[in-house]
Amino acid sequence: MAELKNAAAIVGAALSDEMGKVPHKSSMQHHAEAAHNALKDAGLTKDDVDAVFTAGPGTLQLAEYLGIHPRFTDSTSVGGSSFVIHIGHAVSAIANGLIDVALVTHGQAGQSSRGRAGGDPTAMGTQYESPYGFIGAPQNYALAGNRYMHEFGQERTRDAWAEIAMSTRKWAQLNPRAYQRGDMTREDYDASRWITYPFHLFDCCVVTDAGGAFVITSLDRARDLPKKPVKVLGFGEGHDHGIISQMPSVTSLIARETHKQAFDMAGITHDDLDLRMIYDSFTYTVLLTLEDLGFCGKGEGPDFIKSKTLGPGGDFAMNTSGGGLSYTHSGMYGMFLVVEAVTQLRGEAGDRQLDVCNTALVHGTGGSLSSGGTTLLGID
Amino acid sequence: MSQQQSTPPPKPTPIPQQDNEFYWEKAKAHELWLRKCSDCNEVYFYPRDISPCCFSRNTEWIKASGKGTLYTWGITVRPPTPAFREDAPFVLAIVDLEEGCRIPTNLVGIPKDPDPEKMAAHITHGMAVEVAFEDRTDAISVPVFKPVDS
Repeated sequence: MAELKNAAAIVGAALSDEMGKVPHKSSMQHHAEAAHNALKDAGLTKDDVDAVFTAGPGTLQLAEYLGIHPRFTDSTSVGGSSFVIHIGHAVSAIANGLIDVALVTHGQAGQSSRGRAGGDPTAMGTQYESPYGFIGAPQNYALAGNRYMHEFGQERTRDAWAEIAMSTRKWAQLNPRAYQRGDMTREDYDASRWITYPFHLFDCCVVTDAGGAFVITSLDRARDLPKKPVKVLGFGEGHDHGIISQMPSVTSLIARETHKQAFDMAGITHDDLDLRMIYDSFTYTVLLTLEDLGFCGKGEGPDFIKSKTLGPGGDFAMNTSGGGLSYTHSGMYGMFLVVEAVTQLRGEAGDRQLDVCNTALVHGTGGSLSSGGTTLLGID
Repeated sequence: MSQQQSTPPPKPTPIPQQDNEFYWEKAKAHELWLRKCSDCNEVYFYPRDISPCCFSRNTEWIKASGKGTLYTWGITVRPPTPAFREDAPFVLAIVDLEEGCRIPTNLVGIPKDPDPEKMAAHITHGMAVEVAFEDRTDAISVPVFKPVDS
């Protein structure tokens, strides 16, 4: 097998022009704007792109809209983690000489298209879960979070969720593009309305319209491009169910497996990380992911979080964009994890820039806690 | 507007397929039936002709006892779609059936309260539950679960 570590690098990353509440733009416009901005950032043109990756609407629709005739196409769509997973796929193809420049895009009018979606009436979720009101992520994730509270203690879990929500908001306050930037106290968290018990509103991500894109090429070619290459050090992916009632244990994520391959490939450990971008559809998603990625043991997450300072100036930099909880969440949020990691690694994060950021972990979770993708990124 | 408020749209109902029409037929008769792999005797949910454990076509239907315990639950306060407007707050549940598989459902028979914490006081993980049926349409009844003592 070709050597995958350091075979390729992210050479461009960008967002769509407008994010938040953008009712006048379609999902595909967000894709196109982000792609345009990312290629410009990379110092490349559309004609350099020979491989396209996206999730949600497939690459057929995307590449047509962008005017690209790719020779490599990948519509892997396993929820919001997909774009994190695309990185490994692109690196594998680059390392084997199949492609030269990969474009990964995301765009979703998540807020403005709410309620428009129709599902396959014969899909398993539609047949067995929807009749009971298992519709949408808050329902599914709340069921899982409640079991965690039962197994590991209600109060300490609540404290951890509140801390995650509050510290993520503090980061958002440093990000001019964040959707929610108001102060959040513990009282505000506790008083925020119930969505699905045990989730308060502030346990749940925002819902926005947004797009993002990034460009990957070989490390050799990357060295000739304007921006400092963000090297892909390692990656892993997997899933262990589709619908929530089929999850083997609702307190254990596939992250328990995906991080091992990523760290092995990269030859680094948790202690080498300067930044962790952890998918935060809900506060519970973060708590569970930290445990399953091996930052602490199962059930130890609340104590681990208590022992760290997650917000700006702290000793455990995480979700520095303000996350899905406060910054942006279009529905398939994983793209924004990658864009923020690249921004931090290049030292372009403005007020929220970390003093030292050479190595970052990105972990996406998709579906109903179903899929996971871990990617490790680094800069010289 | 008031007219629109008066009757919520119907809840989603399954469209029986070849692999589960027996399941829904039995549910209509207020019976819960499950699929069992005859190679390894694992009982699984949801019904499939080919078992997910052994990937075997050697499978059979068995009638479930209808008894189980509450694996986990949540209380939907904000209705996910207008169809559930008049039900909220209601209890989402995943039940571990006596036969060894897990089923998504609703927990019914819990006193309704606008404050979900008051409802939660009546519900515990692991509590004993048993099947009941809700008639949704002329063709479809869905299995729901209620506390054994209620």
